[in-house]
Formats: sequence, C-alpha cells, structure tokens
Amino acid sequence: MTYQPSALQLQREAAKRRASRRSTLIALSSTLAVGFLLVLLITGAQGYEMVKNSFFNWSYAKEAMPSVFRGLLLNLRVLIIAEFFVLLLGLLIAIARTTTSPVLYPLRLVATIYTDLFRGLPLLLVLLLVGLGIPGLRISWIPNSAVVLGTVALVLTYSAYVAEVIRAGIEGVNPTQRQAARALGLSQSQTLEHVVLPQAFRNVTPPLLNDLVSLQKDSGLISVLGAVDAIRAAGIQTAQSFNFTPYLVAGALFVLLTIPLTRFTDWLTRRQDARQRAQGQW
Amino acid sequence: MNTKIKISLIALVAIVAIAIPVVNAQKDSGCGQIKEGVLTIGTDDPAYGPWFEDNTPSNGKGYEAAVAYAVAEELGYSADKVEWVKVPFNKVIQPGCKDFDFDINQVSITDERKNAVDFSSGYYDVSQTVITVKGSKIAGAKSIADLKGAKLGAQVGTTSYATITDVIKPTQSPAVFDTNDVAKQALANGQIDGLVVDLPTAFYITAVDLENGLIVGQFPAQAGGEQFGLVLSKGSKLTKDVTAAVDALRANGTLAKIADAWLASTVGAPVLK
Repeated sequence: MTYQPSALQLQREAAKRRASRRSTLIALSSTLAVGFLLVLLITGAQGYEMVKNSFFNWSYAKEAMPSVFRGLLLNLRVLIIAEFFVLLLGLLIAIARTTTSPVLYPLRLVATIYTDLFRGLPLLLVLLLVGLGIPGLRISWIPNSAVVLGTVALVLTYSAYVAEVIRAGIEGVNPTQRQAARALGLSQSQTLEHVVLPQAFRNVTPPLLNDLVSLQKDSGLISVLGAVDAIRAAGIQTAQSFNFTPYLVAGALFVLLTIPLTRFTDWLTRRQDARQRAQGQW
Repeated sequence: MNTKIKISLIALVAIVAIAIPVVNAQKDSGCGQIKEGVLTIGTDDPAYGPWFEDNTPSNGKGYEAAVAYAVAEELGYSADKVEWVKVPFNKVIQPGCKDFDFDINQVSITDERKNAVDFSSGYYDVSQTVITVKGSKIAGAKSIADLKGAKLGAQVGTTSYATITDVIKPTQSPAVFDTNDVAKQALANGQIDGLVVDLPTAFYITAVDLENGLIVGQFPAQAGGEQFGLVLSKGSKLTKDVTAAVDALRANGTLAKIADAWLASTVGAPVLK
C-alpha cells in the first residue's frame, strides 16, 4: 500500500512552499537593494573612471596576458616539483619524530630542531639565504639557478609545516590500531606502512591540501631571486605602463588555478566522511 | 517582520540612494598641493648613490637631491620649506592624487606612462650601461652581439629591463630583481653574467659597491633619448610650474653645474654598438 498524504498534510506542505517562496523573494529584493546601493556608491565616486582605467583596462589586460601566462607556467613547474619533495621530506621528518626507540634519539633531536628552525624562519629569509648565500660559497657542484635554489628553499620551509601536520595525523590514529597490529604479529615498520600511515593521511587530507594551495602562491616568491613568475611578469608590465591591470590578470589566473584544488579538497573530504559514517560499508 | 521595521528599512534605502549621488557630485578639479607653504617631495627607500647620499635626501647631497632643492628654489621654497616622504614605486604609479607634490627617483619619461601620471620636462639624459665582474664571460664584450649569449639582469620597473628585451635581445630570458642590492649579489655570485643599470649608477656600483666590478659599455642613445622626469599626480595643479622650473634650470646651466658636481666621474664608458 503506497503512502497517501492526508488533507491536513497537503495543507501543511502548501503553507511551507508559500513561506519558502516568500523568503526567496525577500532575499532577492534585499540583495538587489544592497547591490543597487553599492553600484551607486562605487560608480558615482569621483575617482571611479580613473580606478576603472587603472585596474580594469581591457587593452592592458590583453597586452599582459601572454607574459603573465608564461610566468604562471613557471609557478606550476615549481609547485609540482616542490610539492612532491615537500610531501616526501615531510613524511620522513614526521616518521623520525614519532619513533620511540632510545637508540634513535639523535634522529628525533635533529628532526625537532629542523621543524622548529624552519617554521621559525620567514620564507623570504630562507629564500635569500639559500638563493644568494649558497652560490656565494662557490661550491662547484651546487647549481646556481634561481629556480632550483628557490625550489630548495620552498621545500625546506614547507616540509617543516607539512611534517607537523603529518605527525598530528600519525598521533591521531587510535592507539588500539597499533595494539591490534601488534596482536597480529606485524613489525613496527609493517604497522607504520599498512595500518598507521593510511589512516594518518586520511585524517589530515584537508590541512595537507590547504598547504598545497598555499604553496601554489608562495611558489611566486622565487621571484626575489630573479626568476620571472606570474606576479613578477605582471609587475614588469605594470612598471612599463603605470597601469595595474596586469596584477588583476595574474590574480584571476591564480584564482582559476586554485578553484579545481579547493573543489577537489571538498569532494575528497565529503567522500571520506561518507565512508566513515557508513561504518565500513562502501 | 512587522510593518514599522519594514517601512523604516525602505525609507533608509531611499535616503541613502538619494544621498550618494549628491555627495559624489562634488567633484574637484585636480590634485593640489599637499601642504600649504611646504613642498612635499617623494623618493624611494633606500635612496641610492650617486643620486642621494647616505639614504638622507634632506642633506641635499647627490644629483637628485641637489636638483630637487634647486627646483624648490625656483618655485620659491627655501630649503627649510622642503619635506621629504618615502614613497615606494607602486605608490608613485597608483591612480588618484598622490601623497607628494612631486617625486624624484630616476623615473624615465615614456608616452605610455603619461596616461597615468604627469611628468615635468626631463632633468637628466639617461644612458643604459652593462656592468659585470672581472672574469665573467662578458668582461671583454665589445659589441651588443657579444652579449647575446649572456644571462643578464635588471631591476624590475626600470627601462634597463626594456633595454635588455628590446636592444640586446639575449637568448636567455633576463633575470628581474626587486632591488639592485639583490641584483648586485647575484652578479657577485656569478648567477647573472651582467647587470644593466643607468650610467651614473653603473659608475657608483662598480667603484663603491661591487668587488672587482667593471663597466662593459654603454648603449647608444635611443631615438628621442631617454630622460628622467619628476612625477606628479595626473592633472596636478603644479605640473606647469614644476615643468617651467626644470626648463629654467636647464636654460641657466644649473643642471649642468649640478651634474659636474655629482656626476663628474661618471663619464667615458665605451659605447657598445
């Protein structure tokens, strides 16, 4: 027998529909009113034409687009290589910090000093020290290039942050998991590889992806060493024309780059939550 | 929501909607002087030699400091009526009225830039120069073609960068630095083969700042010549007077005298063709 709503239920549903339609209309008119006021305020301002020309000038945007896009490709290259090494180095440092054996104490000490040092030093400082200081030593087998040294500085700094995040994930795995693994006869490294790390990474995927998004922007800081990334390319165009539109072009490209990452983060988090809530029934 | 609140909200929106155009309608006619009776001059921080000395524009030492005080005299402001403000490059080129009456900071006059700011007439004719260190691969370069294979650098926002891309056209893309300080270090480290700067800065850096620095050569003057000009807000009320002041200083030989005093050692670099 299928469900047939009663007359009272139908009345209730109709009333709910009316109420929601009403609130949509009010929201719409309120938004329109605020929007209208903002447009009035901004376009009526004295400097509006000037700001529009300085920041939203289409001809300068077209002129700047090729070089800004080429700079963005450098950002992408640095991002991909840096992220790979950041995850690797971060993982190694996190594992080093979570060992318990007394024999490995020096390793733990080095890892702790590393994370404290590189989380304390500003990234700009590390970039200048690595990018300008190391070539000054004139060691022949160390590359001089701004991009390589800049990426090294990025990896050194970001792996400290990522190491702490991964360590939080590792320590967040329930200790009963380790005990169960021990009961099954798994060794320390087997436990780490098959039981702890998969769960640790699942725990901290949002913060890790957050760091990736942040690294995407900071990849541009290698421009202090002379490499031309998207923001620097925009800056060069701006300085030639005295018009700020190239910066907006660079900003728009960065936002376009970030959106897939953030949507992916949201989807991944939702999928993990759904799997956890389903109590293992995937 | 009850009726009283609804009516007051609608009334509020209506009042604001009427008030905004009224307030906005008071347009003014251009940017005026920042402070009455005082000439506010802007420059960057740090202010480099030989344009300024000891990063203290108010001591009047250095070519640009001397020119600034000479222009102030022409406009009727004695030295104690001059105030200096530190203005980074982006604040010089932003739209709207600036925080200074005029800015003096080795800014080259170009037609494209005139869309955004006002310039006075030029107070210095610029030559771009390539500098390097002893033992670098372009130390013996005699012509522009010798520079094509080198990794060159320039400061961002300078016409030195445009010289690299338009005149030299090297095979490797140039390195661009925030300040000449970082560029100098990169040159000393061998990360770039040569640095392009204007002629007086080249002499200053190779003589004072850079170990084993040497000047490779200067570039022939571009058609129409490149000149440094004073920067003013677009449509500033002071542009005419400041331009007239610079023209007067050029006509009566003051600019040449100041150049002799501060830039005398900065002549005689070989010309690269």
